[in-house]
Amino acid sequence: MTDILRTNLLNPIVLSFALGVFARLVRSEFTLPKDIYTGISIFLLFGLGLKGGAELAETPMATIAAPLGVTLFLGVLTPITAWAVLRYIGKFSESDAAGVAAHYGSVSAVTFLAAQQFVQAMQVQDPTLPPLEGYMPTLLAALESPGIHVALAIGALRTAHPEQKLGAVLHEVLTARTMILLIGGLIIGYLSGHEQWEKIAPFYDSKGAVFRGALCLFLLEMGVVAGSRLGDLKKVGPFLLAFGVLWPAVHGVIGAWLGVWAGLSPSGATVLGAMAASASYIAAPPAVRLTLPDANPTLYLTSSLAITFPFNILFGITLYFQAALWAAGR
Amino acid sequence: MDTTSRSLVTIICEPVLEQKIEDDLLRLGATGYTANEGRGRGSAERHAGEIPGVNVRIETITDAALAVKILAHIQEHYFAHYSVIAWVSEVQVIRASKYGPA
Repeated sequence: MTDILRTNLLNPIVLSFALGVFARLVRSEFTLPKDIYTGISIFLLFGLGLKGGAELAETPMATIAAPLGVTLFLGVLTPITAWAVLRYIGKFSESDAAGVAAHYGSVSAVTFLAAQQFVQAMQVQDPTLPPLEGYMPTLLAALESPGIHVALAIGALRTAHPEQKLGAVLHEVLTARTMILLIGGLIIGYLSGHEQWEKIAPFYDSKGAVFRGALCLFLLEMGVVAGSRLGDLKKVGPFLLAFGVLWPAVHGVIGAWLGVWAGLSPSGATVLGAMAASASYIAAPPAVRLTLPDANPTLYLTSSLAITFPFNILFGITLYFQAALWAAGR
Repeated sequence: MDTTSRSLVTIICEPVLEQKIEDDLLRLGATGYTANEGRGRGSAERHAGEIPGVNVRIETITDAALAVKILAHIQEHYFAHYSVIAWVSEVQVIRASKYGPA
């Protein structure tokens, strides 16, 4: 376990994140220009979709049915459990509990990518590990939306906001950059097939140098963003601090276990665990802001960005890998 | 050159509200608007939405009555829960008919 943790911590992606946090802590003026950050996120999401689509075209429906079912189940389970813990144990207001739960129900694509890179590194160390399922981006797309809607529906039912227009929020989430690029990429990859994918793979493949290099730059900026929120940790209170670490870990272990149960390899189950554990910070914040305007943004942005994201990147993914190995009896 | 007095309504809001407020302006009777992004910090400190966060500045030129109506609308719908500031200033324009009837 210590060796695996060291391998995870000492890879350029995680170290780039740490450098970003450090830059912010020493008040460096460094930040990735916004347009470059946006450009890299477009590249990563589109590349992820294209590859996932090409792999999906080669995958029989029967193979993906159970993992997809488990993913949708997690999309409903995680926001409900997060909401219940925050509301009834943490005594959060209805809006704050639902707002934070929406973030934990949805998924962070960067955490997905970090988990994917981690299991690829593990396969190099242990060639007996079965390869990661290529269709995982399909599961990522499936998990993006339901969690947000389940939590917002809870919030909407239990509070009375005249501003609430769930149709507008549905539009906001389904047309967000993440969904257009990921689902659009999946469809293009699926329709064009594996042979066409090979022609663009050197640029987009998540195992390739270009993709990994871009991911390092993206994590560098994520470090800056997370670092700039560290000051807010004092404002959110000890309960949310503990929640932001413990509850994702619970979701992650459940996700990894269910992944193995649904027939995923330990690598695939690790990535599914990381997805279940992760909290969205791109699709969820605007949706929550529009639907639950009195939910405090400092709570949900700080918990997802400054607590859960670093925890998953640094330690969580290793934990979900161990849980997946254990569930698979390895 | 003959110039005419009109009201310039300026609204600075968090990015999540941009589309809603722009739709509101047109529905209330504004003939157009200009929006751009900026940086800054206010009493609310935190914005939700895109990372890194930005402010959106939306401006429209209208007659005085519509300007008051727009401010009242912004106050009623957004001030309670969102980071929004809005004000009206007087400007001198040429081609006053572009901005609606006086």
